[in-house]
Amino acid sequence: MKEVNELILKDFRLEIRQRYAINGILLYVFSTIFVVQLCFGRIIDEKTWIALFWIILLFAAFNAVSKSFNQESSSRRLYYFTLASPLSVIISKMVYNTLLMLILGILSLGLFSVFMGMPPLYPWLFIPAFLLGSAGLASALTMVSAIASRSGNNAALMAILGFPIVLPLLLLLVKASQTSLKEVVEAGVILRLLSAIGLIDLVIVVLAVILFPYLWRD
Amino acid sequence: MIKTMWWKFLGVFLVLYSIIAGLLIDVPALPVIHQTIRNLFYHVPMWFSMFFMLGTSLVFSVRYLSGFRMKDDLIASGAANTGLFMGSLGLLTGMIWARFTWGDFWTNDPQLNGAAVSMMAYLAYVVLRGSIDESAMRARISAVYNIFAFMLLVIFLGVLPRLADSSLHPGKGGNTSTMEGLDPLMRMVFYPAAIGWILIAFWLLQLHNRRRALVQGVKLNNQ
Repeated sequence: MKEVNELILKDFRLEIRQRYAINGILLYVFSTIFVVQLCFGRIIDEKTWIALFWIILLFAAFNAVSKSFNQESSSRRLYYFTLASPLSVIISKMVYNTLLMLILGILSLGLFSVFMGMPPLYPWLFIPAFLLGSAGLASALTMVSAIASRSGNNAALMAILGFPIVLPLLLLLVKASQTSLKEVVEAGVILRLLSAIGLIDLVIVVLAVILFPYLWRD
Repeated sequence: MIKTMWWKFLGVFLVLYSIIAGLLIDVPALPVIHQTIRNLFYHVPMWFSMFFMLGTSLVFSVRYLSGFRMKDDLIASGAANTGLFMGSLGLLTGMIWARFTWGDFWTNDPQLNGAAVSMMAYLAYVVLRGSIDESAMRARISAVYNIFAFMLLVIFLGVLPRLADSSLHPGKGGNTSTMEGLDPLMRMVFYPAAIGWILIAFWLLQLHNRRRALVQGVKLNNQ
């Protein structure tokens, strides 16, 4: 547990010191949302709003997470390998990326409501779905970036490998957001959607924890 | 010869039987589908054999990760390739059918999208294998991705269709012709067709593996 904390702190410090990476992602989110604003103006159709929101967040997540195993050189990776257990490495990376993803998500939610208005989303479905979904997207992409980092051409491979893996989660998130457009959503429907998203999250995390040691060692 | 090859003969026999009997038997007259219901004998077994191949691929990937024998990696990748082949046959037969029943080669349907994305995941597996040069590393990394890809397949088949409200696809929710209501005479052709094509797929896998083993110099048997 202490190891995990230290590793998260290390990632955080690294992010603060190499500020260009985080700034780049923030600017990326801002500029895509601004481009959407220029193209659409205020969005009246709620389904379009939801689709654009998740697509932008997905690509921001790809950009943010893809560097998580890349920014460190292979010799420094070897150094971590001797220090930390693979379990705490993957957990720390997943927690860190989830936090990053939540910040990005909240930021783009804010920018969306400033530039394009906010559709009336039912909060008891949208907020938990958003939290669970961000965690799931971040964990899945962390694992994919670990896979992609072990092979040559990273950027293209990350997109090819990651897209099919995150798609079921993304479809469920869009579905949950569209359901939350109703004024009142029944508890049963909420439970069904959230448990499906939670189940996928759980499967991703369990698989990542089991399989990461095979990726970590040389 | 009979001792080791009986299942190949059985596969060929069952497939021939299903092709001939599938065109000859009387099928129930259903609205919209009419005679195209015969596609059940040719389209659905392709998906069945794809699942069996991808399942085999998963099993051998797990076996590779527990023992690191190159033989297991060879079979895992061969099974994924054979599964992709059967899956593309399934897509093709389905698309031809859809053109004449729904009027279009492709519709935005949960069943079709799930199939397409699962195929994409396995194509990504093939690309991933191509991008790593060192063979032990390639085997290890791609085995990990293979397990993820199979998880995706299970989610697309087990979780998402249950959450979808309706589907155009026969045998799925919101459609009148479900598998439970399948005509008993059609069952007599459909089940042998499915078993036959699965056996043929395993035969294909065996041939594929033998060729690849010769090329790569990996021993398949322990003789």
